[in-house]
Amino acid sequence: MTNITAIFKKEFRSYFNSPIAYIFITFFLGLSSWLFFRGFFFGNQAEMRGFFGLMPWIFLFFIPAVTMKLWAEEKKIGTIEILMTLPIRDYEVVVGKFLASFALLIVTVLLSLVIPFSVMYFGDPDGGTIFAGYTGLLLMGAAYLAIGLFASTLTENQIVAFIFGISTCFVLLIIGEDFVLFNAPNWLYPIFSYLGLGAHYNSILRGVLDSRDIIYYLSVIGFFLYLSTLAVESRKWR
Amino acid sequence: MTKTGTNLKGNRFFDNGEKTSAGPVNKKMIEVRELTKSYGPTVAVNKVSFEAHAGEVLGFLGPNGAGKTTTMRILTCYLAADAGSATVAGYDIFQESIEVRKRIGYLPESAPLYTDMGVLEYLNFMTQVRQLPKSERKARIRSVIDTCGLEDVIQKDIGELSKGYRQRLGLAQSLIHDPPILILDEPTSGLDPNQIIEIRNLIRNIGQEKLVLFSTHILSEVSATCTRILIINNGKIVANGTPDELASQAKGEEIVHIAIRGTQAAVESELDELDFISQWTHVDTTDGIVGYQINAAQDSNAAEALFHVVVKNGWSLTELRQESADLEDVFLNLTDKEQTHVQNQQSAEQADDNNDA
Repeated sequence: MTNITAIFKKEFRSYFNSPIAYIFITFFLGLSSWLFFRGFFFGNQAEMRGFFGLMPWIFLFFIPAVTMKLWAEEKKIGTIEILMTLPIRDYEVVVGKFLASFALLIVTVLLSLVIPFSVMYFGDPDGGTIFAGYTGLLLMGAAYLAIGLFASTLTENQIVAFIFGISTCFVLLIIGEDFVLFNAPNWLYPIFSYLGLGAHYNSILRGVLDSRDIIYYLSVIGFFLYLSTLAVESRKWR
Repeated sequence: MTKTGTNLKGNRFFDNGEKTSAGPVNKKMIEVRELTKSYGPTVAVNKVSFEAHAGEVLGFLGPNGAGKTTTMRILTCYLAADAGSATVAGYDIFQESIEVRKRIGYLPESAPLYTDMGVLEYLNFMTQVRQLPKSERKARIRSVIDTCGLEDVIQKDIGELSKGYRQRLGLAQSLIHDPPILILDEPTSGLDPNQIIEIRNLIRNIGQEKLVLFSTHILSEVSATCTRILIINNGKIVANGTPDELASQAKGEEIVHIAIRGTQAAVESELDELDFISQWTHVDTTDGIVGYQINAAQDSNAAEALFHVVVKNGWSLTELRQESADLEDVFLNLTDKEQTHVQNQQSAEQADDNNDA
């Protein structure tokens, strides 16, 4: 645990030592507020559904940008060689790095609370759905992070990690979309609708925190962190 | 430079003296048996076996791509070997890798560091991941800053450091937990001569009680720093011994160049009489001076004997020079042949490829 904490602190601080964290937070808040509020006043309804609906697509581009350097940079400049010869287990490094990126996401999401507070100023939105929405947001974001982290273990090129992270998230996102589901063969329908990253998010958005949805996101996170650990260990055998 | 050279020698003898008297210094720290590792079809490390003890500075010498880095990466548990076994400080590198890693300080080639961190921040991070007790952290950081001469840069970011300081910080990082074994991959590459001397002195000091295993492809480095040398070529260990042992191995036969003012026939008949001479070659005759290259048996003191022959016959000597074999010859002898062999193989393969195309 102390190892995970040490890695976590180092990575989290490194986000703020470099411009990444500031750029990420600024652009994320700017873009999501703009896209939300430009439609908000036409709807004439004090609700956040538009905001939450945007998130799977905004995350698609923002989250792989947060995770792309986590392993690719270590490989590129060779620091991985010192890191992986420390008396730390590989999974501890993976988890520490994941938690650091998750902490950055939490900070960003907390700052975006400005939006619901503004909405409250204009009307009286349902607090329950907003709370559920934010929970869903963090769960889905964490799943994206795990996927992006895995993408970063596969290459020493950050751009490749970025693109690969986006594509993997994109595929997992659209297989749960209605458009894909209606055109998919019948036997694939239940699989796709279960695996889709967005479907569980949408069900959380309805205001019901179902344990199945939470378990789904935790499994995705666990699965991709496991794959990341395997990918990091695979250096030994190549 | 020369002065440092003599100092080193003094140190080295001192080291050897200590080794025989003090018990723990002689402790076996690394034992490698038949270690093998291939990358695809290329065999990077081929059945490498050696031992190393505390109090030794072991130089890993070999041309680029000989397998030095791969061997070090296996010992530090960064890579796994395909076959063979190794123990570090008594722990198996595959079964008890965490215990092994606790006891090794490792500086990879070109000292990779996090450029966005501050120097102190980095060292502090290392004390955390090395699990040093909180109460000792400050003292350890202070100690490596002093040892590695980082005082002037502690306020800087690593990204601002010169190559020399980065190398020192890399060394500081490897020393932070006071490990009994230090593995350094080309610790002096890219440094200026002054910095090289500093790092060498540091290595020698550390090597008095710890085991230091460091790699280099620079010959003068090992003869200046090491108590023992391993020469590795094409993944195999081709020589293992103290610098002096290796140099004397290389000597084989003595080669003497001699020029005598005298009659060629008389000189040559006299040379034929001498039984320590295995072969002589007439090189040239200028103005009545005859020159020869003489190959003589090992340790025959050929030069001295030849001098007496010249005196006895009343000739005069204009040149007498013994070729000295040194580490460089060992290195060239051991690595050259095989390299040519490989080159031939490669060109053969290339020819094959061309045929295929």
